Amino acid sequence: MELIGERINGMFKDIREAVLKKDPGPVEYWARLQTEKGASYLDINTGPSVPQDEQPYVMEWLVKVVQSVSPLPCCLDSTSCEAIEAGLKVHKGRAMINSTTADQFKMDIFFPMAVRYGAKIIGLTLSEQGVPKDSGARTALAMELVVNADMHGLPMEDLYIDPLVLPANVAQDHGPEVIEAIRQVKMLADPPPKTVIGLSNVSQRCADRQLLNRIYLVMCMAAGLDSCICDVSDSLLVDAAAAARVLLNKDIYCDAFLKTFRRF
Amino acid sequence: MTVALARERWAGQVAEMTIGKGSGAVSIGGEKTLPFLHFEGEMPNKPAAALELWDVEPVEWPEVLKRHFHGVLGDAVAWAKRCAGYGADLICLRLASAHPDYKDASPGEAAATAASVAEATELPLIVVGCGVEEKDALILPAVSRALAGRNALIGCATANNYKTVCEACLADGHGVIASTPLDINLAKQLNIMMNETGLPPNRIVIDPLVGSLGYGLEYAYSIIERTRLSALSGDRMLAMPVVCFVGYETWKTRESRAEDSEEWGPQEKRAVLWEAVTAASLAQAGGSLFVMYHPESLVQFKKHIDCLMETDQF
Repeated sequence: MELIGERINGMFKDIREAVLKKDPGPVEYWARLQTEKGASYLDINTGPSVPQDEQPYVMEWLVKVVQSVSPLPCCLDSTSCEAIEAGLKVHKGRAMINSTTADQFKMDIFFPMAVRYGAKIIGLTLSEQGVPKDSGARTALAMELVVNADMHGLPMEDLYIDPLVLPANVAQDHGPEVIEAIRQVKMLADPPPKTVIGLSNVSQRCADRQLLNRIYLVMCMAAGLDSCICDVSDSLLVDAAAAARVLLNKDIYCDAFLKTFRRF
Repeated sequence: MTVALARERWAGQVAEMTIGKGSGAVSIGGEKTLPFLHFEGEMPNKPAAALELWDVEPVEWPEVLKRHFHGVLGDAVAWAKRCAGYGADLICLRLASAHPDYKDASPGEAAATAASVAEATELPLIVVGCGVEEKDALILPAVSRALAGRNALIGCATANNYKTVCEACLADGHGVIASTPLDINLAKQLNIMMNETGLPPNRIVIDPLVGSLGYGLEYAYSIIERTRLSALSGDRMLAMPVVCFVGYETWKTRESRAEDSEEWGPQEKRAVLWEAVTAASLAQAGGSLFVMYHPESLVQFKKHIDCLMETDQF
């Protein structure tokens, strides 16, 4: 289970200010903390307050700051292909691109870019037609992503399909549709693509957010979820992932399973 | 019509370790696929075979086994030279004399025996204690010091004595055998604890406690197989090579001990087959290091492995 630490994102106040002031302190703090808490990747998002033309430079700065204090690879999170490429150019190790949609013009840019830089890539089951309404529509878009990735020579295990999680308080009916989509995506190819979700979306503006996140993570893992962008500073969430790996017979049980999950 | 072979792509790899020094050193592990699937991934080292010797005469050994070591039983140095002559890749010294119910040899005596065997042979050494955890915790550190710099493989560490054994072996530059009773969960836990003493994964060998053909072979097989599958799936705490003490197990069985009879045929042929077939089966499961008793079993097993190591690229 790959946990992608969500915290280095300009949507959060401390990161937004750090980016504006070019203060590496908060970025380094979250890079270190999330690494220690068991993250496999660190998501990096410049946030909406950075003007479009400055995004490549800010992305490059964030990657350098993060990798100066953490050995982890980054998940470069932006809608701007220039920003992502700027991040890829300075990144050490195998980065993850977050993300392309299933729109042809986007796939034609991002899949060749992933292949060129040897990066992994998240593909959203989203198109210009809007958010898919059910699992079938999500799977259909996932198939577009799978076919296009394959055409560009991207190995299937480097493609992470994100079936788009929506908040439980505004789109409750999407909860089970995402779970079903995960199950179907794992049957689209052999070897199948990986799956990923933006976990915290499920509890946006809800009460007891951490509980909703933990439970939904475990439910999705049972359907075949391989990875999620999440709050790794929630230790019980990481514990839940470790326990689910054991109960799904994905990791061999040992008494130190909580510690082992974080260390390896 | 050409048929595309299905190839599994594994994320992990078995740790590769070297035992011994110089030209006789033996490497094991390093596999990137299941045993002998050369078309799918690398298997850089072939399974290695050791012959076991004791520091006292093993009175319980059947005559058909003892006669191959006539004149050297009870003399570890001469016995080690005999083993080298029989073509063993490594030598495994069992310090049976240290057993409290036997001769209760002291740590100093055990260490001296190990040192004289090391002196007498160029082959890499495996040294195992008497199997009593408390006593092994006393003798194995002494053996480790006596063999400092020889890059030996020392065991068996258990959940109750691993700290003492690992600290000594870490300081003296040896690998350690981690022994658990046919339980993959305990094996993983022991590997983690040993790793936490500072011993890297490529200096740990898993002893899952194997059973002989007819006496639990299938349990050992499935544990070794699961261990390998986990290693290849990326579980670093199960990605160590596996040692199988085959001779110790098979020569206890009725099939190896019963004398020549009309129904079961000649004893020696039967016992050798029992040992070689047990070893060959466990090699298919993923064993990397085989400790055997009879020189003819060793020869047959090595011949079998050589055939399996021929590439199947096509």
